[in-house]
Amino acid sequence: MAEKSSVFDMIGPVMIGPSSSHTAGVVRIGRVARRLLGGQPEEAVITFYNSFARTYEGHGSDRAIISGLLDFKTDDKRIRTALDEAKSANMSYTFKSKGNASTMHPNTVKLNIKAGEKQIEVIGESRGGGLVNIAEVNGFAANFTASAHTLIIFAKDVKGSIAFIANVISHDEVNIGTMSVSRKGKNDQACLVIEMDSGLRPISLDYLRGLSWVNELIYIPDIDL
Amino acid sequence: MSFLFDNFKGWKAYCEANNLKLYEPVMAYEIAQKGRTASDIWAGLLNAYTVMKEAVETGLTEDMTSRSGMINNGAKKVYQNKLSVLSPDFQKLIARALAAKEVNSCMGRVVAAPTAGASGILPGTMYTLQEIHGLDDQSILEGLLVGAGIALIIEQRASLAGAVGGCQAETGSAAAMASGAMVYCLGGDIDQVFNAVAITIQCMLGLVCDPVAGLVEVPCVVRNASAAAIANSSAQIALSNVSAVIPVDECIDAMGEIGSSMESRYKETALGGLAATLTGQDISKRVLIQDIEILPDEESFD
Repeated sequence: MAEKSSVFDMIGPVMIGPSSSHTAGVVRIGRVARRLLGGQPEEAVITFYNSFARTYEGHGSDRAIISGLLDFKTDDKRIRTALDEAKSANMSYTFKSKGNASTMHPNTVKLNIKAGEKQIEVIGESRGGGLVNIAEVNGFAANFTASAHTLIIFAKDVKGSIAFIANVISHDEVNIGTMSVSRKGKNDQACLVIEMDSGLRPISLDYLRGLSWVNELIYIPDIDL
Repeated sequence: MSFLFDNFKGWKAYCEANNLKLYEPVMAYEIAQKGRTASDIWAGLLNAYTVMKEAVETGLTEDMTSRSGMINNGAKKVYQNKLSVLSPDFQKLIARALAAKEVNSCMGRVVAAPTAGASGILPGTMYTLQEIHGLDDQSILEGLLVGAGIALIIEQRASLAGAVGGCQAETGSAAAMASGAMVYCLGGDIDQVFNAVAITIQCMLGLVCDPVAGLVEVPCVVRNASAAAIANSSAQIALSNVSAVIPVDECIDAMGEIGSSMESRYKETALGGLAATLTGQDISKRVLIQDIEILPDEESFD
């Protein structure tokens, strides 16, 4: 049985129009990408696929994705003028359109964003009603919704690492909702994504971050806050 | 155990058995299912109603031109027209429903009630009802809870999404919510409220979702005005104890049945109806992006 809807799904959400999948969902993908980068992007190359490729201007998805990268929330009135806001924030951007990406979700957007030396690639899908799926991060399959508390760890592919991490976070009494692991190759780079119902303590995050085999740890407590 | 809003018959029986007003089981549902407190729920509803009223005012005062140009300050023209077809109140109702929906099309802030495509109907109707009858906010908020209960049932028995059930699922559901809420606010009994919902659904059945160029503009904006008018006519009929004959649950089932047998070109795909007309196709070519790199088949990444 699916989760029951809320009164505020019927009278809500409060959002910037025109459509939850083309604006609210796209803003949220941008917000996730910004957190994955770890700050304000200086450059963004944004590729809209399939259904998005044709309609992104008419539906304002271009302004929505820029708004997310600028950390605006889904009900922020500045979304409408986000392209101007990007100029004030010194963020440059380029939009591309690609069709016929048959293996991809109809509403897919790919972000290549850069700040200083750091650059990342994120592929997000807007699934309707403002819900999203972050399909890939830097080529790793990620598949998280960002609706819960998300922990993303890039680490060396060492034996026992998953059990070790699960053990550490169990001390914070969190319930793991989903977990996905992917790697470039045996004993190479691995990416672990864990979605949890509740949050982690800073001390647990610091401990994990300090482990010799952990290259990078990203924690996204709640994308809408 | 809270009532789960699977049908209207059960909602009425639950209210009668427990001597409750219609909005009270909706409140209890939200507390039980979502763990919210009553005061948080009232505050959330007041915020939603405030945003609805702001959307009406914004649409009547600020420039409302959409990126495609199809929406171009229509609400203001209706509001300022010196010629009233029926009465100034009716003219305001239509202008306000248009206004809030134009705000949505032009990337302003709205309440999706139940969806963004239908976001002008509750603002237009409730704003106007409150003004004409001098109702207090508490009464309107109770009405919105009744509207939410109506939508919860429609979501379970039919659908609220244009892509699943066509336009009837979006503007039809919003009009049903508005009509039921209005009858509740004017002191109608449970039968009258549900009769208003049934009559509204009967008037909105079969409406397809055929947006020009796939944008939430034409005919979505004018359909918000017509849905607001139908919500009012249905409320007037129901408050006069004229029966819908077909019970409300069965009307909702009919909406679900029609929605599931509707061809996909009439469900938000912009392939049929107004979207497929010559002018619709011309607009589509003009406003949609044509400079698209088409990937070879069986290859998704560059």
